[in-house]
Amino acid sequence: MTNQSLTLDVRDLKTHFFTKAGVAKAVDGVSFSVGKGEVLGLVGESGSGKSVTGFSIIGLVDPPGRVVSGEVLFKGQDLLKLDAEGLRQLRGNRIAMIFQDPMMTLNPVLRVDTQMIETIKAHDSSISKRDALARARDALGQVGIPAPDERLRSYPHQFSGGMRQRVAIAIALLNKPDLIIADEPTTALDVTIQGQILYEAQKLCRETGTSMIWITHDLAVVAGLADHICVMYGGKAVEQGTIDDVLDHPVHPYTRGLLGSVPGHNTRGQRLYQIPGMAPSLMNLPQGCTFQDRCPRADDACLIEPGITEPVPGRAVRCCHPHLDRNEEVGA
Amino acid sequence: MSVFIIRRLLQSVVVVAVMSLIVFIGVNIVGNPVDMLINPDADQAEIARVIRDLGLDRPVHEQYMFFVKNALQGDLGKSFVFGESALKLIIQRIPATFELAMVALLMAVIIGVPLGVIAGMRPTAISSRIIMTGSILGFSLPTFWVGLMMIMIFAVTLGWLPSTGRGDTVSVLGIEVSFLTVDGLRHMLMPALNLALLKISLVIRLARAGTREAMHQDYVKFARAKGLSETRVIMVHVLKNIMIPVVTVLGLEFGSLIAFSVVTESVFAWPGMGKLLIDAIHNLDRPIIVAYLMIIVLVFVVINLLVDILYSVLDPRVRLKDAGQ
Repeated sequence: MTNQSLTLDVRDLKTHFFTKAGVAKAVDGVSFSVGKGEVLGLVGESGSGKSVTGFSIIGLVDPPGRVVSGEVLFKGQDLLKLDAEGLRQLRGNRIAMIFQDPMMTLNPVLRVDTQMIETIKAHDSSISKRDALARARDALGQVGIPAPDERLRSYPHQFSGGMRQRVAIAIALLNKPDLIIADEPTTALDVTIQGQILYEAQKLCRETGTSMIWITHDLAVVAGLADHICVMYGGKAVEQGTIDDVLDHPVHPYTRGLLGSVPGHNTRGQRLYQIPGMAPSLMNLPQGCTFQDRCPRADDACLIEPGITEPVPGRAVRCCHPHLDRNEEVGA
Repeated sequence: MSVFIIRRLLQSVVVVAVMSLIVFIGVNIVGNPVDMLINPDADQAEIARVIRDLGLDRPVHEQYMFFVKNALQGDLGKSFVFGESALKLIIQRIPATFELAMVALLMAVIIGVPLGVIAGMRPTAISSRIIMTGSILGFSLPTFWVGLMMIMIFAVTLGWLPSTGRGDTVSVLGIEVSFLTVDGLRHMLMPALNLALLKISLVIRLARAGTREAMHQDYVKFARAKGLSETRVIMVHVLKNIMIPVVTVLGLEFGSLIAFSVVTESVFAWPGMGKLLIDAIHNLDRPIIVAYLMIIVLVFVVINLLVDILYSVLDPRVRLKDAGQ
């Protein structure tokens, strides 16, 4: 199934961290794909391996972590087989990344124009400084930064958090990438700014046909933005499908738990649902299904690791006891 | 900025005034210079005359007031031994010491920063461990002993480098310097390295700690995610950040380089201020000791001020906070 129309096709990706205390399987057999112009929401709790998945794609996993196996096909080319220089040429050029904390991503001692121009020059050494500057200015304008000429000569600390994230997004857009990996880019921002950034991101995907992987723990963000959703738990993708389908009729008990934990109008005055227990340590995952300790449906069958099944059409699920009754209430 | 500088200058005046008092009283407590200066066979009248000539017959506070009055007019007293202005004697020696200290400082940066960055990038590699062990040696071996060993090896056994003096000098703007002649450089290599050793070790540790910290920062990861080459990530993104603490500390240490040059200058017979001070202490030549210490205090004060200004050049966050005042 080599599909050239897919921007990104990740197959059975495994990234493990080899620490002194043992091997942490941060990503353990994750597969998903992103089509052209599509947005994939990669959702999970802290420590579910979603950020590591993002870094694995562009080859920036910090040691002692290492991609152990799998394929990352970017427009048909396996990125895991590329050498360091080949990856560098793709990064920031065809695949860009936006980080979580805008206060930390820009280098505090370099001016914004320096940080933008170097991104252009890294992939096109022949471009003149003036052309690069013009492109940087356009990119800032594109993400809604007022007076871009002036702002180019500023240092990061002269921007607010939301503005810094816009600059980071502008940097990601500089070389008109085919894929943007956004690692919780709105988590550190307040809600109004978050809304603006989401709106900008959505507009960009529509206008330029850029694909996007939006990593987040916030289901509300994904609901308004993504086309597809991939829910991760304990380093594994437990449920995947189109966004409306999964959010309306979750099949995996974990997805149901996540959705049930979101406060809403209907739950007003009631005690909020929480998934019992806490996310397992990646060093010490239970045998079989990783969610069994916290799962209301777990039984002996869960001691054997469930494979990926398609209990509902267009849905990939890793569970022995999926919720198949479509009328069942979420969170029960 | 100007408010800041004026405030700093006022603080400096207080520091200098307090320092002068401490120094003056200090040297008056130790030893009696008359014993050193006078012929042991001299009679009582002769001794009394010398004491009166040197102004040592007056009470200490009167001597101090007299010293302050003259110091404000730029006269720090006459050397007991040479009979010449102490200030002039010291100023003649300043170029030699400064030159040595500058070269040592340069060595500390040129050698220390790259080694520190290498050690910080791969903290567990063998090369890093060798560098760190070397820096511990640099820290802990006494300067004078290393100096003597260098002379033993490079001057006595191998005969590669001269062991004493400044070598040929050329005059630049009326100041004698030796770093512009080959012979001068050969003379300078060992003492400068000896003086720099401690600072190299210090810079290695600073640069290593800074690099280790910076390598894990998001902005370095982001720089990589932008597709920058590893060279640019290290040389621009990491280096510019670690230079902030390095410059601060080295600036402050420049004063101690000048002070420490006392030891190195003695070992290598480098004709600088330090050598003059040691000789002055031997002879209890009070005016020179006082003048030397006053100049060192001034040097420290000026350097601290320069460091603060330089710091604001390197770190834009400091610069702006100040402009907003």
